Amino acid sequence: MDFKDSDAEATYRAAARAWLYAHIAEHDAGHYPDDMTRAKAWQARKAAGGYACITWPQEWGGGGGTPIESVIFGQEEAKHAVDGSYFTIGLGMCVPTVMAYADDATKHRFVGPAVRGDEIWSQLFSEPAGGSDVAAIRARAVRAKNADGSDDWVINGQKVWTSGAHYSDYGIVLVRTNPDVPKHQGLTMFWLDLKAPGIEIRPIHQMSGGSSFNEVWFEDVRIADAQRLGPVDGGWKVALFTLMNERLAIGTSGGVGPEDILAFAAQANGADGPLLKDTAFRQTLADWWVQSEGLRNTRMRTITALSKGQVPGPESSIGKIVAANQLQAIGNTAVEAGDQYGIISDPALTPLKGAFHAATMWAPGLRIAGGTDEILKNIIAERVLGLPGEIRVDKDQAFRDLPVGA
Amino acid sequence: MNFDYSDDQKFLKDEARKFLSAHCGSDRVRAVLDDAANAYDADLWKAVGEQGWLGAAIPEQFGGLGLGHIELCAIAEELGRACAPIPFASTVYFVAEALMLYGSDTQKVRWLPRIAAGDVIGAFATSEGAGPVTARSIHTSVSGGKLTGEKIPVTDGDVADLIIVLARDGLYLVEKGAGVTAEVLETLDPTRSAARLSFNDAPCEKLGSDDGIAAMQTVFDRAAVLLAFEQLGGADRCLEMAKGYALDRYAFGRQIGGYQAIKHKLADMYVKNELARSNAYYGAWALNADAAELPLAAATARVAASDAYWFASKENIQTHGGMGFTWESDCHLYYRRSRQLALVAGSPAAWRERLVGQLEMRNAA
Repeated sequence: MDFKDSDAEATYRAAARAWLYAHIAEHDAGHYPDDMTRAKAWQARKAAGGYACITWPQEWGGGGGTPIESVIFGQEEAKHAVDGSYFTIGLGMCVPTVMAYADDATKHRFVGPAVRGDEIWSQLFSEPAGGSDVAAIRARAVRAKNADGSDDWVINGQKVWTSGAHYSDYGIVLVRTNPDVPKHQGLTMFWLDLKAPGIEIRPIHQMSGGSSFNEVWFEDVRIADAQRLGPVDGGWKVALFTLMNERLAIGTSGGVGPEDILAFAAQANGADGPLLKDTAFRQTLADWWVQSEGLRNTRMRTITALSKGQVPGPESSIGKIVAANQLQAIGNTAVEAGDQYGIISDPALTPLKGAFHAATMWAPGLRIAGGTDEILKNIIAERVLGLPGEIRVDKDQAFRDLPVGA
Repeated sequence: MNFDYSDDQKFLKDEARKFLSAHCGSDRVRAVLDDAANAYDADLWKAVGEQGWLGAAIPEQFGGLGLGHIELCAIAEELGRACAPIPFASTVYFVAEALMLYGSDTQKVRWLPRIAAGDVIGAFATSEGAGPVTARSIHTSVSGGKLTGEKIPVTDGDVADLIIVLARDGLYLVEKGAGVTAEVLETLDPTRSAARLSFNDAPCEKLGSDDGIAAMQTVFDRAAVLLAFEQLGGADRCLEMAKGYALDRYAFGRQIGGYQAIKHKLADMYVKNELARSNAYYGAWALNADAAELPLAAATARVAASDAYWFASKENIQTHGGMGFTWESDCHLYYRRSRQLALVAGSPAAWRERLVGQLEMRNAA
């Protein structure tokens, strides 16, 4: 076990740090019309420097580096106020799926622009009737012949909880192509242009006040068969490939952590002096620290496994369970520490510009996004520990015969 | 960066597991539990000494294998998994570590080779009553080279040949003999013995400087990492037992492991164990590298491991239902040991407090 950089890693870190210092001033001070333009410019700069998608091959615009180099750059980049959230879903889940299942022409068309931040991708899986039960998809695609005899598909239906669809250019979509077989056997994956005719994107107003998710409606959206990713009716396997990457990406979501509430508690009033001197608070703070460190070190173990050629397993599910619950607890503890004042959420009047209040209101979403706590615990129990799967009464029934509720 | 055991260390760990499964089945743990006259498994102690484990981290010049602390962590994990009923922690994590840290050359030459050979059992005597050990709680004192006072409880105090005692002005080496009397105590974990030691003008020898509390804490930091591996091994074994039972036991026509209430309980155990493992690895590195991060890393590892082992050992019993509460089930061996290990170097609450204190110091720096 060695938690320090090797010589080669130290060299890489020094180069990354120098590169960041050479470019961050322009990012921070540059005049951009909005946050997204700034984020896209930074992504392009990283791609030019070999620091975007560090572990991807250079022929696809990546950095051709190792998982550990990717971690090192991430650690150094995290010291600066850079927002890469626009690209998380595309580069973390969608584009890897395109790289794994699309033909060469499609890959050449899309991978490079995504790495450079020119184009943003969304993932369209969830539906009103299928959140945790992802395969309960009702949005349909049916074949349509072209005049020249080639195949098209026509999509109708609705997707929901689609992160970032309103600013995305392309998406991968999972739809039902055969309702006469059990639900997992009748799905197909496609990529599509989110600006195509017949697609309507409506923002969802969240309990936190923001609108980062959308409903996406499809009305006779016509796409070519060449946009298919994987076999007809073989989309479930493709979706699992995407979802395997999802928990890794979402598990690293930021927000307030033990360091933030430690700094806050040193200033905040407790019953008898600063909150930080309160025994009960200190005990809880220690537990948060232990969890955060545990997650950080667990990620490092995952990276070590990756660097030895192993595949990330369902173990990464623990990251999201622990991080999301901790975010909720830390946010709420700081809110309650304000006593009566704690209900005020105005950023101008609250600690850390409202970050603890924002965490309290965002955490419920994080505990659901990418799989609820309960689903992730099932995954650990079944796939890591080998306990029996849930009883599935729909297993052998044709999709069209399944009972539906709301 | 590498956050895993090396291949050599994995080999050592596998060999340790094989050895302990052959020489330390739960029948051997129970033999010590059931026989009040048996303080530890003397045959296992001898065999472990022959394996060289007692001197794994002791330099070759003092009769050890000179391997390093990560190797010792690997052994500790397996000892914890087997719930080994031997005075390994007292002798190796506390006394040998204290001697390596604070011993004069003469003291090291005298004691370390005998510890490595298995000829000497050690005990680390700090507590004088309920509550955390602080400068105010220590009354034991030394006058004219003679030590007087009472320590309770002292793990392995009844069988120790060499006792390191915390007195008001520092740590002292005391040999079993004149001026030392031991009274065996009834404890939560009879597989590990403990005693009240009374010192009445016992001959002693100074170990290190005058600041005994600081020296004790430094020894505790090192022991905490090693204990965390024992705790981790025990917690993993509890999860395995719970999983095995959940698959074997049927209720209402199904394996009970198919019920979400059981699945989620076991998933919670897994999560805590993995966080504890990751923090223990970081502690192992800090210990082995003697890094400046050691006090914080040790506290983090210890809090995580104490929490994981407590949770795993109590929910293992719960998963087993009524069977889990019987004397015949092995569940209580681990429940008992989880309590012994969580308190032997200071309580989880004290370690949480130390952890936050370290964070405060780091932020102030």
